[in-house]
Amino acid sequence: MTRISRTPQWLYGWLLLLPSAVLLIAFTHYPIVRTLYNSFFTTPRGRIPARFIGLENYQALLHDEIFLRVLVNNFLFALGTIPASVGLALLMAVWVNGTLPGRALARTSFFTPTVLPMVAVANIWLFFYTPQVGILEKMLAPFGIHGVNWLGDPSTVLWCLAVMAVWKEAGFFMIFYLAALQGVPPDLTEAARIEGAGRWYCFRRITWPLLMPTTIFVLLNATINCFKLVDHLFIMTKGGPDNASSLLLYYIYETAFAYWDTAYASTLTVVLLGLLALTALVQFLYLERRAHYR
Amino acid sequence: MNDRITRILETLACWTLALLWAGPLLFALWAAFHGQEYLTRLDPTAPLTLDNFAQAWATAPFARYYLNTLAYTLCTLAGQFVLCTLAAYAFARFRFPGRDVAFMLVLVQLMIMPDQLIVENYQIMSALGLVDTIAGISLPYVASAFGIFLLRQTFKQVPVELEEAALVEGASRLQVLTKVYIPLGRPTYLAYGLVSVSYHWNNFLWPIVITNSVTTRPLTVGLAIFGAPESGVHFPIISAGTLIAVAPLLLAFLLFQRQFVQSFMRAGIK
Repeated sequence: MTRISRTPQWLYGWLLLLPSAVLLIAFTHYPIVRTLYNSFFTTPRGRIPARFIGLENYQALLHDEIFLRVLVNNFLFALGTIPASVGLALLMAVWVNGTLPGRALARTSFFTPTVLPMVAVANIWLFFYTPQVGILEKMLAPFGIHGVNWLGDPSTVLWCLAVMAVWKEAGFFMIFYLAALQGVPPDLTEAARIEGAGRWYCFRRITWPLLMPTTIFVLLNATINCFKLVDHLFIMTKGGPDNASSLLLYYIYETAFAYWDTAYASTLTVVLLGLLALTALVQFLYLERRAHYR
Repeated sequence: MNDRITRILETLACWTLALLWAGPLLFALWAAFHGQEYLTRLDPTAPLTLDNFAQAWATAPFARYYLNTLAYTLCTLAGQFVLCTLAAYAFARFRFPGRDVAFMLVLVQLMIMPDQLIVENYQIMSALGLVDTIAGISLPYVASAFGIFLLRQTFKQVPVELEEAALVEGASRLQVLTKVYIPLGRPTYLAYGLVSVSYHWNNFLWPIVITNSVTTRPLTVGLAIFGAPESGVHFPIISAGTLIAVAPLLLAFLLFQRQFVQSFMRAGIK
């Protein structure tokens, strides 16, 4: 092979890689390093240059009530969306994979929210939650529940947004379960059924364990998505009322582009990147462990 | 007997859930095609109207937003196809010092996307003079770890003998790439293309950071400005605007559902 091409292999390899490498370094690696670097400085303002302040930005984090609030919100948002969307995804997949009439239509219906932009979803759902004229108000009126300002009340807003996120994401996770279910050998469950095992028993003892890798995969993806999903906040609440619905990435946006405190925004980004890296580490360790089993 | 009852109950439950999932979009369709007075009065005899679409179209420069989204989405896709193909070929078929380290560094972008690096990337774009340009929206996504990864997997499955035969017959490396690898990778390009177009058509956070004028703003950002509560636009018109923005992707999905679902599945599992 080397005899045929005049350019040495190593050079050819690097040349092919070069365009991607330049862009990846410029817009992924360099920004990551810069984020870390800038988090040790003050924000340059006008003619005043950035000044090294060591860990002061990080100390400020610990006393920043909004930061602590958005972290808790992110955690609650994860708690409100992940189990529900993963559970529903599994239920949807089992139904769509079965023999129920109308399952093709159901699959379309479940998956459609995945191809809609979050901004469009937020526009529609905003109307559901509108006080007085919204759909939720009309639907709950017969039950004597009315006058609730769903998105204006700090105690309900995050859960309302979580419900919407579950609606948006469950269908996406469904397809992974669907793929996994199609890989479950049917003779396994058939054999158990002949032995007289109930459907629930079959599911619990055969299907569920076989779906475990998919469940882990979907759970990790759902966790990562919780940190990335903020588009709806721009439309529905702007993080309010009183930061009750704000999430970390939205707070980063506000800090950088509304308050123009870029150094502090970098510090917040370091926390976000740390959380994402942690999730990736869990994924990696899990995959390692699985490799040993084989 | 017991089985039949369970089956009926299950069917009903499945249909209820499906209806719940279709509900919001169906409702937006209803609102967009009816007058304000029928908004919460679901009367099947209500007259249909296109007024809301006309008003939405007149309120915001949707035609321009369409153009911007198309330019941004297609430029990104074209760039991704070229760059990812080259890089994937390098990783799949060449030995060079630092290859494995370079591949690990590429994979970093699977976890940390430009969407999380908005603060620094804005400053970098600003230094490059690319704020508020289509190139500025596009560039951070062009070298895509995900595309490189998918295509590398595909190229690795191509038998080396095919490449060697072509080389012996005097084909250059680039000819091998365009005549052997790219045609064999067609299903991967389709899957990756669908995922990429869906992602960028719907992308919002980076575009809202980097654009600030009508000439660059994509549909999602335009829609956010148009639909913001403080704009005071009525819901039927917002619905119409929302449908205008999502229609191409939604229709494509409904027509090519199987390809979409399979692409997302392949893309997710990797």
